[in-house]
Amino acid sequence: MVGKSTDGRMVQRPLSPHLGIYGWPPTMVASILNRATGIALSVGALLLVWWLVAAASGPAAYADMEGFVRSPLGLLMLLGWTASLFYHLFGGIRHLAWDMGYLFAKPSLNPVTYLILALTAAATALVWLAAYLQIEG
Amino acid sequence: MATRPTSDQIHVMRSQLGRVRGLGPAKSGAHHWKVERITALALVPLSVWFVFAILTHLGAPQPAVAAWAGSPLNAALLLALVIMTFHHMQLGLQVVWEDYIHHARRREALILATRAACLLLGLIAAVAIIKIAALAH
Repeated sequence: MVGKSTDGRMVQRPLSPHLGIYGWPPTMVASILNRATGIALSVGALLLVWWLVAAASGPAAYADMEGFVRSPLGLLMLLGWTASLFYHLFGGIRHLAWDMGYLFAKPSLNPVTYLILALTAAATALVWLAAYLQIEG
Repeated sequence: MATRPTSDQIHVMRSQLGRVRGLGPAKSGAHHWKVERITALALVPLSVWFVFAILTHLGAPQPAVAAWAGSPLNAALLLALVIMTFHHMQLGLQVVWEDYIHHARRREALILATRAACLLLGLIAAVAIIKIAALAH
């Protein structure tokens, strides 16, 4: 940026840092993910309603719903729903712990974030493995 | 000559408790925050139960799913899940709009629309569950 010095000369001034200066600290990632998965779960709630309405409507409607869920888009939505549910669940439990005054110490913030991410990955993989065994086995 | 009153001379004809109640920038105290936590707490066991329930009914035909969902215990738990989900979802999305939509009227309209959509979707799901339970034998 070009500015003026005290004696009136034009000089180059440094710009103050904008968004690009920030790295991705784990706590920031965790916070953004909690909100993003909450929004994703709101979309997923539509699938829940569809499933219930289909189950209440009869075999034909239920088959239509199943057909969508087994399509590539349906499976992708279900995978996103599973991962989002587990992230929001574990992240939410940490939020409840925070509200009671636990896990706030600085040294615990990043390790617990990694733990939540690992638990999310493990639980999602476990559920999909169980689902695969249920369908194929 | 009259002196201007300083802050400790201003007399408010109202108790401290009365000033606290219903004031603050949110105008509604901690109710929103509290209910968001209470619904989250309820959703911890309910969503874990729901994932297990889905896993054990993958690929099951509609009559089997309806028979399972129609038992009084499962129907009640499904109703609890739906009520807590849509209540929590509406509270969570409201905070998202409050954070990012700066145009006041647009923000209020979006919050109202979100509440209406959540109420309607929740009612549709609830009616579906009750219908399944009523038809189950």
